[in-house]
Amino acid sequence: MTTVDRPDAPPVRTHKPDRTWVGKSIRRVEDPKFLRGRGGYIGDMTVTGMLYAAVLRSPHPHARITGIDTTEASAAPGVHAVITGARAAELCDPLPDFGPNPAAHTWRCLAVDKVRYVGEGVAVVVAESRYLAEDALALIDVEYEPLPAVVDPERALADGAPLVHDDLGSNCAYERTFDFGDVERDFAEADVIVTDRLRWHRSGGQPLETVGAIADFDHATGALTVHTNSLSFTSYLFMVAGTMKIPANKLDVRPLPAGGSFGSKLFATKPAVIAGMCSREVGRPVQYLEDRVDNMSNCDHHGSDRVYEVRLAMMRDGTIRGIDIDTVEDYGAYIQFGVGHHGNALAQVVGPYAMTSVRYRVRAALTNKNQQGAYRGFGSEVNNWMLEQMVDKAARELALDPVELRRRNFIREFPHFIPTGNVYDSGDYDAVLDKALELSEYRHWRDVQAKAREEGRCIGIGLITAQERSVFSATEFWFWFDEPGAPVTSMPESVTLKVDATGGITATLYSCAFWGNSPETMVAQLVAEEFDCDPHDVSIVYQGSKNGLPATGPGGSRTTVMLAGAVEGATAKIKAKALRAAAHLLEANPDDMEWVDGGYQVRGVPEQRKSLADIAVMLHLFKHSFPEDMESGLEDSKVFDHPYTTMPSADRTDLGVFYPFMGHACHVPVVEVDLETGSVSFLAYAAVHDCGTLVNPRSLAGHIVGGTAQGIGTALYEEFVYDDDGQLLTSSFLDYLVPSAMEVPELRIGHHETPSPYTLHGIKGGGEGGRMMAPAAINVAVNDALAHLGVRVTELPITPDRLRAAIRAAGG
Amino acid sequence: MERHDVTLTVNGRTSTVSVEPRKLLVDVLREDLGLVGTHIGCEHGVCGTCTVLRDGESIRSCTTFAVQVDGAELRTVEGLASGSELHPLQDEFWDKQGLQCGFCTPGMLMRACEIVEQKPDVTREEVREGIASNLCRCTGYQFITDAVCAAAARMKAGSTETTGAQA
Ligand code: FES
Ligand code: FES
Repeated sequence: MTTVDRPDAPPVRTHKPDRTWVGKSIRRVEDPKFLRGRGGYIGDMTVTGMLYAAVLRSPHPHARITGIDTTEASAAPGVHAVITGARAAELCDPLPDFGPNPAAHTWRCLAVDKVRYVGEGVAVVVAESRYLAEDALALIDVEYEPLPAVVDPERALADGAPLVHDDLGSNCAYERTFDFGDVERDFAEADVIVTDRLRWHRSGGQPLETVGAIADFDHATGALTVHTNSLSFTSYLFMVAGTMKIPANKLDVRPLPAGGSFGSKLFATKPAVIAGMCSREVGRPVQYLEDRVDNMSNCDHHGSDRVYEVRLAMMRDGTIRGIDIDTVEDYGAYIQFGVGHHGNALAQVVGPYAMTSVRYRVRAALTNKNQQGAYRGFGSEVNNWMLEQMVDKAARELALDPVELRRRNFIREFPHFIPTGNVYDSGDYDAVLDKALELSEYRHWRDVQAKAREEGRCIGIGLITAQERSVFSATEFWFWFDEPGAPVTSMPESVTLKVDATGGITATLYSCAFWGNSPETMVAQLVAEEFDCDPHDVSIVYQGSKNGLPATGPGGSRTTVMLAGAVEGATAKIKAKALRAAAHLLEANPDDMEWVDGGYQVRGVPEQRKSLADIAVMLHLFKHSFPEDMESGLEDSKVFDHPYTTMPSADRTDLGVFYPFMGHACHVPVVEVDLETGSVSFLAYAAVHDCGTLVNPRSLAGHIVGGTAQGIGTALYEEFVYDDDGQLLTSSFLDYLVPSAMEVPELRIGHHETPSPYTLHGIKGGGEGGRMMAPAAINVAVNDALAHLGVRVTELPITPDRLRAAIRAAGG
Repeated sequence: MERHDVTLTVNGRTSTVSVEPRKLLVDVLREDLGLVGTHIGCEHGVCGTCTVLRDGESIRSCTTFAVQVDGAELRTVEGLASGSELHPLQDEFWDKQGLQCGFCTPGMLMRACEIVEQKPDVTREEVREGIASNLCRCTGYQFITDAVCAAAARMKAGSTETTGAQA
């Protein structure tokens, strides 16, 4: 084992105690237009001359394409073009992916010789309306030669399984075992080894708005403009340009607000590429907007799909020494984002517990399913579930109180480096737990549970304590490989602040637009805090990629921390110039002046003062009032880099710091299980989160409630079900069950604040909210309800079928 | 394909459009009448995103053909606010943060409108049950429920004032 040479941590910051706007639940500045139905989503937008694209999808999970006849479709009314996979491969290069061996598993916007899952695109029609485009799809004649499909990830790795990508020679896309700390010793010295096999099935983001793009290729200049609700990675646009085979400086991606993402729109490059390709082919603007079936069967947000074999090394007093995780993950047919999900898990793999060693073996299996993408939590929610299941099982095996067992293992000194090398910046897990016990009326429910049990009712309490990491670093995309293809380390975010001649402030943001999070409100609050103005008076603009500054966009709960850093940096530059200008106008020494209530004044002499508007108007219109070297205008930008990352060690026994801001939460659902029907209902639900300093408590509460609702879906209802032959059985909201207002209980929410020592105001990210916790908490609650019957559920979602099967197996 | 003339009164304004019989109401609203506030989430009648009011009752405009509602009175989200003044429901959705991405919001508001108009003293449980017709992927429904209850109370207080004066 080698240790990494760790650069110094960033200086510890002291935080301003009295804040005016940061920490206030203000009405969101984004909302009025959405309340009026004037959100301006992709589907609301038309461009002169626009045509519409629709994609023909494979009905087979695995088949060779032996012929496509498009004659009739091409001649259909209103049709401008029919593009097959073969033609698309001439027009465009493969789609970007983050997997190993990209040459051996080419991923394209349309399949060429073979389809690898139900829903994979095989041809696209461009027509005068979506109705006509879909009419023509029905006239395309595709000949398929069906091949045997493989659906189960473990079977996919076994000898003789049908190959998803012949050139790879195996369905194992990736395999590696990492050891962090002294795993052998911890397991050799353990009193008890708790083991389990756990299975998490796939669900997905399912935003109500699908992904889409309007592309306009200009043959005169070779430039492509794409309006889209996808593609946060402003800094990675060159990948789309590369696929489109155009210079990156000829591509302008203009961000539009999205009707939800939850990770689903992070890597969605396909719609932009399909619309772009069609526009170039027909010479007119083209809109491609997925319908629900497109989105469910061929998307970028099918989430984790894992089998775990886990061993926990325990001492009899409840001390957890180490964990040995062996996981097989089903990536589907292409390795879109590959191992990123596990990088996320490794950032907080030991949870809030002071373990000393971790073994992590991951095998990535290719199957005939939709490729995996990002879904809120991104692999960490699965890790939380696995770990809390194990801790809960350990408490039962050692006959220890589950609350006490957790408390015994809590990390209490910060900053704390976990065995993987990542840092936890700050935390107070006892305080969060105490708050949650009180808020949830834990003791009361234990009494209720005991009484109910006497009546034969099965009530369970699911207390879990888990982490919520935030602000990823790019190193987690490549530390999996000894020789990474692109060992990038930049993940910046930028802001431009402009003070106009009247003192009005406009903030320009450079990554994707609003996705349902609150970037505008948050930036407005931070600007208001710095400049002592009203957040509702701050104007927010999104800049397209052309003339854009480096930006990464949301993902991994990074937006608030990163934009806060950028706002702070841009503010500092503007205030420095404003100070110089004010001092000059007042003929005062800048050192004698201070910022007070929206302006600069001479310390102790309030009448010697210039407001921001006074300064701004002078800087805009009165050049001769200033020294020659003072430029007109009051505007500046900040490209803010990740506040704290370090490099991994060469042998990867230490991955460095790659997700340093560590939030924490305790969720306590109380459920009742109906033994006869296998249904689970909620009696209460309390959640306490600590995401450092809150910018807008209500918007964080929104993430917690909404995320918990999604977590309830993951725990009990939502699943992309493929049958044994690879047919997708859940391709509509009729069979993929998104929880409604009747399934989601009222939540009691508590906040706790342990500021980060390394960020502005001590902010940490919290965008993944309750989905990080709810699946684990609900599973633990269900197991608690059934423990006396010897029933333990180890598979999510806990559908009535699965629950009844478990009850039956225990003789119930 | 043959076309039919369909006359619709939307938010008090009557127009006649010539459409194919297969054209969905939601597409007529969005494309022919330019009222893009009514959104499309699933196109198969489950999510409720496309909810509009027909003669005061909520319908799914994605599974309704425009020809089926020839002559109807419709209300969409565009008809809620008057000028710069938000409808109490819109104002309470804003105040209680009953929206995050805002995509389900127009359909949710129209459904809520039906609920509070039909039952001014609606209970919290009834609101939950009532809005279960509409999916929201962002909010977990809690703040929506808060908003609808607050708006119902406000609207009822408004009407008690006038009835109070009569009594
Ligand atoms: S779009 Fe009409 S119900 Fe979903
Ligand atoms: S606010 Fe996004 S779906 Fe309801």
